[in-house]
Amino acid sequence: MSLRGKAYIAGAFEHPARKAPDKSVAQLHAEAARGALLDAGLTHADVDGYFCAGDAPGMGPLSMLDYLNLKVRHLDSTDSGGSSYLVHVAHAAEAIAMGKCNVALITLGGRPMSEGVQTGTAPRIENPAKPDVEWEYPFGWTTVNLYAMCAMRHMHEFGTTSEQLAWIKVAASHHAQHNPNAVLRNVVTVEDVVNSPMVADPLHRLDCCLITDGGGALVVVKPEIAKSLQRPLVKLLGAGEAFKGQDGGAVDLTYSAAASSGPIAFAEAGVKPADIQYASIYDSFTITVLMQLEDLGFCKKGEGGRFVSDGNLISGVGKLPFNTDGGGLCNNHPANRGGMTKVIEAVRQLRGEAHPAVQVKNCNLALAQGTGGLLGSRHGSATLILERE
Amino acid sequence: METKQRKIPFSPNNPESLPFWTAAAEGKFILRKCVSCQRVHWYPRAICPFCFSDKTEWVPASGRGKIYSFSIMRRAPEPYAIAYVTLEEGATMLTNIVDCDFNDLKIGLEVKIVFKPSESAFPVPMFTAVTVA
Repeated sequence: MSLRGKAYIAGAFEHPARKAPDKSVAQLHAEAARGALLDAGLTHADVDGYFCAGDAPGMGPLSMLDYLNLKVRHLDSTDSGGSSYLVHVAHAAEAIAMGKCNVALITLGGRPMSEGVQTGTAPRIENPAKPDVEWEYPFGWTTVNLYAMCAMRHMHEFGTTSEQLAWIKVAASHHAQHNPNAVLRNVVTVEDVVNSPMVADPLHRLDCCLITDGGGALVVVKPEIAKSLQRPLVKLLGAGEAFKGQDGGAVDLTYSAAASSGPIAFAEAGVKPADIQYASIYDSFTITVLMQLEDLGFCKKGEGGRFVSDGNLISGVGKLPFNTDGGGLCNNHPANRGGMTKVIEAVRQLRGEAHPAVQVKNCNLALAQGTGGLLGSRHGSATLILERE
Repeated sequence: METKQRKIPFSPNNPESLPFWTAAAEGKFILRKCVSCQRVHWYPRAICPFCFSDKTEWVPASGRGKIYSFSIMRRAPEPYAIAYVTLEEGATMLTNIVDCDFNDLKIGLEVKIVFKPSESAFPVPMFTAVTVA
């Protein structure tokens, strides 16, 4: 059975907060949930499926279900880091197709900014029983230096340059200037990026995403319900999920799990990369975008540097408009998990509700791509292909 | 730039890997190898991650390898070099490159093992350039 056309994204909401010391994490989830249901034209009582991931406070979905006081008959707390929310859309579609629920609510919320989490630069132990802790924690891995090793290897194998990576940030900044909620709204140049302080060679400060508070939510519904609502129809055409780790020591940092999740999603959707008019690509770092673009087949492996150069990702300028909200590089990165906002901006584009300055004309086919965890050690990937009906 | 030694946080508490750390305390570098498929894996596990055999054993290792990738972490009290090193035995492991000039680091550089003291009773396996005396 295919997921093609089995479910629609009827509601999407991005929390406007970027720093929220006056709100609880559960509150951010609830405010996002309320926003997404209002967006869809549905109510609290309509929700019969609930999805959340590791950012939700408490014991899986139980604490949040109680806090939200939702009466559901299907629940799922699959956690694959920042890609979780794309996985949730696919799992919600599976549940809807199987008749397990009709209206699935997916929420995200967090406040690493207010809590002073040194997300990218300080070694952390999330769980001392993780089997890799003793083999990695002593060596000072951080988010940024693991991604940096991917970039270093990519440069070595394919001749990718810092200037090429910088174009990804430049494109994001061109989009963010139009987003009043974006944290960084100044347009930057390639020189600005490569002259910003080195954090972990070869990644500069402006190669790195933001740390922000915030949240987001999605409402996934069965086709009959979507067609009864007063919102443009955003249909799920295909979905793929995948994992990539260190392969027992056969480490290869040149590609991501998007190389597996992408082809699954494209096959289910029955479309090709060249058909995609808008792409949301998880942008924890500039290298993250470059590798996923290659792995999804928008260009050949090793040619990502040339592909992203000269404004090719800027809406109205290049061939593949990406992250028109400014993405994690310029807009926000709620809970350090960028997958949710990737889906939300893809929905906006398909509805024609992106900012007019970045709206892709007649946008009928979009892709949302998320990775979660760390490309430099182990990560999940999820790919969604969405169509305006 | 000469590397200053970072304090190494470490608190092993894992019966599966205790022999590795006991050997490390004696200056010996050992790897886990599958008796069935003959492959060496990293990090060490009781069940082979390639063929799922439960016949795995500790074997002595050369302690030699090449840098697969690396990065100098600048945003830290003491900058340090994290790296993936591909061992002669075939597996690639996360580690640090120490006791050498970071400006000399490059992918493909030949390195050899050096155990460095940690906050625990056990030293941890790091690498330094072969050419450095």
